[in-house]
Amino acid sequence: MIIELCIIAAKAFLVLFMVLNLAGILGWIERKGSALIQDRIGANRASVLGFAGLGLVNTLIADPIKFLTKEDFVPPQGDRLLHTLAPCLALFPALVTFAVIPFGDVLILGDRVINLQVANLNVGILYIFAMASLSVYGIVIGAWASNNKFSLLGGVRGSAQMISYEIAMGLSVIGILMVYGTLELQEIARAQGALLWGWLPAWGIFLQPVAFLLFFTAAVAETKRIPFDLPEAEPEIVAGYHVEYSGGKFLMFFAGEFAEIVTAAGLITTLFFGGWQVPFLMRDGFHFPWGGSVHLPHLAVVALQVGAFTLKVIFFCWLQILLRWTLPRFRYDQVMRLGWKMLLPLALVNVMATAVVVVTLQNL
Amino acid sequence: MTGAMILFLILAGLSIASSLLVIFQRNVVHSAVSLVATLFFIAILFVTLDAPMVGILQVLVYAGAIMVLFLFVIMLLHPGVLERRGVLWWGLGAVGAMLLIFELVPLLSESSWRAADQAPITGSFGSPEMLAQSLFTDFVLPFEIASVLLLVAILGAVVLAKREI
Amino acid sequence: MVPLNYYLVLSAVIFAVGVAGVIIRRNIIVILMSIELMLNAVNLSFIAFARSLGSMEGQAIVFFVMTVAAAEAVVGLAIIISVFRHRQTLDPQEMQLLKW
Repeated sequence: MIIELCIIAAKAFLVLFMVLNLAGILGWIERKGSALIQDRIGANRASVLGFAGLGLVNTLIADPIKFLTKEDFVPPQGDRLLHTLAPCLALFPALVTFAVIPFGDVLILGDRVINLQVANLNVGILYIFAMASLSVYGIVIGAWASNNKFSLLGGVRGSAQMISYEIAMGLSVIGILMVYGTLELQEIARAQGALLWGWLPAWGIFLQPVAFLLFFTAAVAETKRIPFDLPEAEPEIVAGYHVEYSGGKFLMFFAGEFAEIVTAAGLITTLFFGGWQVPFLMRDGFHFPWGGSVHLPHLAVVALQVGAFTLKVIFFCWLQILLRWTLPRFRYDQVMRLGWKMLLPLALVNVMATAVVVVTLQNL
Repeated sequence: MTGAMILFLILAGLSIASSLLVIFQRNVVHSAVSLVATLFFIAILFVTLDAPMVGILQVLVYAGAIMVLFLFVIMLLHPGVLERRGVLWWGLGAVGAMLLIFELVPLLSESSWRAADQAPITGSFGSPEMLAQSLFTDFVLPFEIASVLLLVAILGAVVLAKREI
Repeated sequence: MVPLNYYLVLSAVIFAVGVAGVIIRRNIIVILMSIELMLNAVNLSFIAFARSLGSMEGQAIVFFVMTVAAAEAVVGLAIIISVFRHRQTLDPQEMQLLKW
């Protein structure tokens, strides 16, 4: 009993550690990566003993110190309790969502089989949507508690955008659920190990390409990244609902946004790109379709799977950062039109088409 | 005092406390946030009662969508003045609530309903599959009527809240 | 193993808190929120009974109660918005035009 709790605690600690570290490193990748994309040098002034470390010292040491030592104020007419509560409400869903994302198959230690997923809920992906719908509260309450018209405008826009794209996100995943027949993410990841026509891994991107595009767009809109970041844009509405936040509270909002990037990348990986699956890798080694096979010890297989998952997540985080510094931002009415008039009907058509195909193939 | 009992007592205490905060706060936004907390604790109680699907739906629909709507309306209407308090009403309300509690609690503490785990259940009780089976076979007619009801509610709300018809 | 009547008593207490909220408060949005509290208390006792009797019907009923509560909250809030536009108040004592 105690051992079970220790294992779960270790898994939870590992996942939180990975998410928070990745969120911090993403801040650095954002600054230096954006500099690379925009053909400039980026932050390189802060240095320790003359060692500037490609901007690492600046982003990972100087920035947090700056944030945490700033004055923590509440706007004079603003609501003190809600102003302090809002960043917590924004950060909490971003961190707990990763609990159901599997980062490996199973780890067999002696006679104990450990499922490499913090919590194996039978409602699986609905838990992620529930937590995503809770993340609207950070925006709404933060906007209200700041007692500032720009803040309120940014907050209302942001929350309307988030609840609109939640619908598109949910509907686009229904196609995946129908194809793999389960809500649990570990089962979906395992089912993507099957081979179509003997050589193509049954990843979600091959079975549901339209759903991938819809989900990716909706996930980027949910996390309010460019091109959908009008609620928090600097030149448009003075940073929207962030404007009255400084210091540690702003760091929490910031960290929450990067944690949401990692979560979105983790979800896209699990649903559409096989999660921890390496093509042709089974539990005992590689089994190539042309006949060859390489036998690998169990720990090597687990390491390969966890490594593959991490690489895919990092790739999708990088893709979202690349997207940020490449595309201009949408106008707000364009955002709403895209969500309601283009993504939602497309998602519904995708659901119907997938249903027809699945039923036809079952009856053949 | 098993773990389940401790968990239940903690959750019960938290949900009663936050529901009392709902009716006692003067600031409406604080009441709404307390209601969100109450709904969240009740959803956790659902999960402990082997109803994970309904618990997650409670968070997704109730705490995640309906309460956001409440908050939007509160912010839109922006009641500037905190409401007056009447001693008469507070007295009547407290008396009414106390009467209700003193009537219901002895009635519900009948010893003939003892354990909540009386009926043997399968491992998949409360899972999405079981709920879907129940909804789409026994309750398919209410299901369809509920979707028509939601459509009617959407149309009604849009028409009622428009500025000019 | 928590006895069933503990859940029913909790449900009754939350229901009573909701009733008190409807009687006491003079802000119509808070009254609507107290009605939601009452609905949730009833949902809790439905789920407790569903678990106790081993039947999924209780959970299906809660699903429908949630749906109806959503529809009712939406329409109620729309009515409140349109009354606010005319009366500029959220106090239910002021909305007594039909009182004879």
